[in-house]
This record gives sequence, structure tokens and C-alpha cells, in this order.
Amino acid sequence: MSNVDRVYVGNLNVAARRAREILLGKLKLGDVVDWATTFSLWPVHLMTSCCGAEFAATWSPRFDAEQYGALPWVGPRQTNLIIIEGTVTRKMACALRITYEQMPYPKFVIAMGACALDGGLFYNSYNIVRPWEVVPVDVFIPGCPPPPEAVARAIVELRRKIREKKVASKWLIEGWRPDREPVKPKEDVCSWWRP
Amino acid sequence: MKAEDVKTLVERILEGMIRGVEIRKGYVEVVVDLENVVEAARRLKEAGFDHVKSVTAVDYPKESKIRVTYHVSSYLNEELARVIVGLSVDLPRDNPVMESLTGIWRSAEFQEREVYEFFGVTFRGHPDLRPLLLIPELAEKRVLRKDFVVREESIYEGVPHRYE
Amino acid sequence: MRESHTGTSSGEGWKLPGMMVRRVEREVYEIFIGPQHPGSGHMRIIVRLDGDVIVEADPDIGYVHRTMEKLSEVREWLKPIPLLERMTIIDACNITVPYVNALEKLMDKSPPPRASYLRVLLCEINRVASHLYGFGIFGVFLGHSTMYMWAFGDREVFVELAEVLTGARLTHTYPIPGGVRRDMPQDFPEMARRAVRYMRRRLEEYRKIFLDNPVIVRRLEGVGVIPRNLAAELGIVGPNVRASGIKYDVRLVEPYEVYDELDFEVPVFEEGDALARTWVRVEEIKQSLNIIEQAVDWLERHKGEPVIPKEDFDKLPKLHKEVYEKTGRVKLLPAHASMKIPAGKAIARGEMGRGEIVYYVESDGGTTPYRVRVVTPSARNAVIFKYIVPGHRLMDLPAIYGSIDYFPPESDR
Repeated sequence: MSNVDRVYVGNLNVAARRAREILLGKLKLGDVVDWATTFSLWPVHLMTSCCGAEFAATWSPRFDAEQYGALPWVGPRQTNLIIIEGTVTRKMACALRITYEQMPYPKFVIAMGACALDGGLFYNSYNIVRPWEVVPVDVFIPGCPPPPEAVARAIVELRRKIREKKVASKWLIEGWRPDREPVKPKEDVCSWWRP
Repeated sequence: MKAEDVKTLVERILEGMIRGVEIRKGYVEVVVDLENVVEAARRLKEAGFDHVKSVTAVDYPKESKIRVTYHVSSYLNEELARVIVGLSVDLPRDNPVMESLTGIWRSAEFQEREVYEFFGVTFRGHPDLRPLLLIPELAEKRVLRKDFVVREESIYEGVPHRYE
Repeated sequence: MRESHTGTSSGEGWKLPGMMVRRVEREVYEIFIGPQHPGSGHMRIIVRLDGDVIVEADPDIGYVHRTMEKLSEVREWLKPIPLLERMTIIDACNITVPYVNALEKLMDKSPPPRASYLRVLLCEINRVASHLYGFGIFGVFLGHSTMYMWAFGDREVFVELAEVLTGARLTHTYPIPGGVRRDMPQDFPEMARRAVRYMRRRLEEYRKIFLDNPVIVRRLEGVGVIPRNLAAELGIVGPNVRASGIKYDVRLVEPYEVYDELDFEVPVFEEGDALARTWVRVEEIKQSLNIIEQAVDWLERHKGEPVIPKEDFDKLPKLHKEVYEKTGRVKLLPAHASMKIPAGKAIARGEMGRGEIVYYVESDGGTTPYRVRVVTPSARNAVIFKYIVPGHRLMDLPAIYGSIDYFPPESDR
């Protein structure tokens, strides 16, 4: 028996999933979702370290990253992008993970600077962690600090990745991110936090 | 004020408590004993040195001591504003405890917290002694002492383990 | 206390602390203004509120602590210069010049006059850029987006000047013990004069939209008043202490480099509130523009002088001397990477955009420093949160924070 064009409203989860598959997959609304997501990647106001000066300069009148639709917004519940600027210390890793968990999916992460790649200038410091061990990172930007043109280029690369691999629509269909493994920190990043 | 004038001024203010006075490059260092440090600080404050620029602790494992220096200067006194005086005290390395000078100089409060977490020096009488910058797990390790080793990749050593 | 069990798309959840509002007494609540906040910067402020009035405020810093003091002990003498720059990356020359001065005191070397003037020129360019960054962030805290856009747009003028002079936008790494790394290009004086004229015109526009704006004046006047004696007792630095009536600037008190040959004033205001602190910064930008003009005039008149001491220049091989003659770049010998400095202890201080920075450098004769202690201006200004903020309303917290120009990466080192 072919269930191709019928939706059974018996089990709501199964029905919702079938509806998502049909609407976003078969009827190509997923392309619209991907296109809309690429034009509204809003980063959240989380300043991690000194690359924040170049982050602030990228949204300044000379380089103007708002032309890509990226508006820095105040709360994690209404944004879908984190830009990790620079070094992530052990205290900040807790705040980063909490902010990442609070954001609704589909959500993305850009890691900016040499310190986010592999420690940068502070590679042997006892107080820093590698950000790709805390949150899953999509795009890395080298540089110390990367010039604002590189940050704008990273946003464009992320857009290309979302549209070509249809990351946003597939995430909405499945409910988890299908093209990569989830990242769990090896230890409890918030173990130091005491009320 | 030249460095020799500062030296005579400090010797006059802290009579009877000085273990050693030396002229360093940029400041004048005076070493006092542990039991006299609060009285010495009070006399310096009355002479016009009203704020602390830096609370520095240096670890000498070979001589088994930690030297804590308070670099003080003045805002309201025109002559003394050009001068930095370093009030030093030597603490034994296995049990570094000293009286807190926060009651005399309020500007030393946050910096004494830093010395507490980095070197393990306890300041008796401090109003709020807890770690300032580090997480408690790292503060127990007393990271700025010389026995906490940070390995550095260097051309004289070879490639460190992480990349092998 | 509520804790959230996270079960989102990252797989199974584990317990992370959720949003925290805790009741302390009958009417007092404790909230966290955390690192993810448009008005908090890279730090957390733990605030206890009685209704709308702040009863206690505790700065929880250390979110950007990158262990500069420990790392300087394992690296050779020249390598802490790029390391220490990253503390205040927007003010990079001002923060490395005192460290280089401390090394020069220990080595008994002094830079030639042209190198000193080049250092002062870059320091003043950085001071203007740093104050404009402070205004931009202040605009974000108060919700004045136009100030953010204008300040950052005008800051690009000075960042580009620094890029033409040193090659990098923010991390210049310009001073070395003995001199500077490269000489100034030929067309630089004309660029600098154009930038100075442009900035003087723009400061009048800033006055119209920000400093004389009635909304901003109502938010800043009488807020965060620091009386004169309290300022001296707490040990705060920079424009904050000059707005409280104390005339203290390291360039006047203990002149370093060539500041005693230059002609500039230090603005002092009496009121001690947030508006006075903002006005001090605007006046300091004007004085820095004067210094830039004087430095550029001197450099034009004394062309062709060296930028490193003569004994270092004589030791360079022929190829390095040719590169220096043609392009003005100094190529150091590899021996500089493992140079030894005689044993001693030195203190050197300087005046950054945000205040006075103190370096204590101790050497035991080896290739690496024995101890480098740095006390940055923001580290000394952190007491303002604990002692001045209580008593104000919650909405005054961003106004006070922005007016003292507190920069957490600098404070955490």
C-alpha cells in the first residue's frame, strides 16, 4: 500500500513528521526556508574576547555587515548565530554553552580568530579551552584579529553552506542536525559555578 | 624628588623598623619585618602616600620565601605624587600568612584577592577574601608559583607531546 | 533556584544552571547581569535589588583571564610584547611602551629622539581611537545607536593611519627595546594633518547629538558621583580621577618618552559625575590631536635620523642596512630572540587611554623574565562597581559602566 500522498492524523508526532517531510522536502518549501535563513543570521551579543573589537568594527559604517541581513540582537531566544570572538576561557565556556543551549534550532556558530582555532597566542595557557570542544563550529576564520572583510566573508561562506547542503530545512525535518555529530563537552563546563 | 631624597625621607618616616632600603630603577624599595608591616603602612599613609598602585608577590623557591611588595604613591600631595615607594615583606613559603592592609589602604582590596588566589597568601582581616579571576579548581593549584610549570614550545626543545 | 534540564537538539541533556533570580531577603532579589548581555561586556555583575534600587553590586570578573603574567615568564624577552598587546588590543602602543621602557631601564639603553617621537605619535593615534571606541560602546549601552555608528566610523580614520604607519590595524607591535620597528612613510604627515582636521570638525557634530542631547544629559548628570577624597582613597585612575578634581596624568607627573618637550594640557573637571567623565574624554581627544600635529611637524623637520641606537645599527650585516636605507624597516638579528638582560628590578608606568598602567619587571640575568607584574587601569577601576554603584537605580548601571570606560580584557589580563 502506498502512503505517498496521505496524511493520517492518528499519532500526532508521526503526522507532524510526515507533514514536515512533504512540505519541506517534496513541495520544496525547504528551499524557501534555507533562503530565508541565510538572509537573517542574527548574531547574539556575546563578547568573548579581544576579537570583539573587530566584531564591532564589522558592523560599523565602513564595512556594514548588516547588508547581509545580520543584525546583532540582545537575547539568545530570538537569534540563530553565535560568533565566538577570540579566546574562550574556562569561565566563559560555561556561559557559551548555556547561551548555545538557549538558542532555538536551526542555529550556527562561527569561530573567529587564531585563538578559536587552536589556542592562538595563548596555546599553552592553563585557563583556556578549545571552542570546538564546547559547541559545534561551522566556519573558522584565521587571523589575529581577522580583519572585518574576513568576518563578512565568513558570513557569506556560512550562507553558501546552508543553501548548498540544505542544513536548515533538514534540521527542521529531522529535529536534530543530520550532517554532523553533536558536540558534548568532555567535562562539566559549569562545575565551578556555585550559587 | 631625586631617589636619594626619597631614601632619606623613607628612612626618617620608618625609623627603627627597616631591614633594608635599596634604590631600584623607578622606585625605592624598603623591606620591613612581618610584625611591623601594619605600623609601617600606617606611618606611610600619614606621611601622604594615600593609594596603592600594585600589590606584587614574587616567589623565590631557592630561598624558600615569597616577597610581597606594596607599591604606593600619592594623589593629593604634589611632591610625593612623582614618587613610588615599595613596602616589602618576606613571608615563609610553606605558610604565607600576613595581616591585610585593606583597613589602611582601601585600594589594595581587589589586588590582595589576586595575590591570595595566585600565590596562596592568606591575608588576615580581609573583608572578602575569595578568588577574583580564577575558578576555584585552579585557585587551589596556586598557579603563579614557580612549581606550577607551563610548558612552552621552543626551538631548543623539540616538538612537544601534543603534536606527536 | 530553578535549574533547567536541557534536552534540545544536541542529544541528551545534562544539568546546566538556568536563568537565575534568587530571593535573598524579604524584598531583596539577586540577579546576574551576565556575559551574554548587551550592557555588560565580558563580565558578570551580580546585583542585589530592592525594588529598582541597587543595594549591592559585585563584579564577577575573570571571564577573559588569559594568564599573561604566567606566560611572560616562559617566553623570551621580546615575545611578551605581542602577548601584552592583546590586553587592550585597541590601544596597543600605549600598553607596550611602558614594558619596553622597563627593559630599557634595566639595559641602560635609551631610544634615539626620532624613535621616541614615532612612539609618541602612534600612542596619541591610539589614544584617540581608544576614546572613540569608548564612546561607541557607551552609545550601545545607552541605546544611542547613532553614536555607535559615528564613533566607529570615525575611528576607522585613525585605525587606517596606524595601518599605514605600522602595517597592522590593531596589533601594531611597534616599539622594541632601543627604538621602533619601522620608519614613517613619505606621505604620512599629510595624511595625519587631514585626519586631524576631519576629527576637529566631527567633534562639533558629536556635541550636537550626544553631549548636548537632553535625554543623554538627563541620564548622565549627577549619576555616579565620585567625590575627590573617595577617588584618591579608592585609587581609581584615568579620566575618572581627572573628572573628580585631581590633576594626575603620568605624562605630567613622571614624563616618559618626549612628553616633556611637547605642549599640551590635561583637562580637569570638578563635578565627578558621568557627564564630567565624558567631557574629559572629549577634551582629551582635542589635546591628542594637538600632540599629533606637533609630532608630525618635528618628524618632518628631522628627516633621515636613525630609529634604533647607533651601536645596534653598526652590528647589522650589510643586507639589513640596505633594507633599512631603502624601505625604513628594521630587521633585527636573530640574537635578539635570546638576548639577556642584566639582573635587577624596574618599575615603569605609562598613561593609556583609560588610565595609568604600571609594569614591574624583574630579571635574574637569563633569557626569560623572572617576573612580570602588570596592573592595568581597568583592574584598578573595578572597585567602582563595588563602592559607587550601590544606591542608584538599575537603569543607571549601564550609564556608570560606560562612563568609567571599563574594559574587561584589560582588567582580567
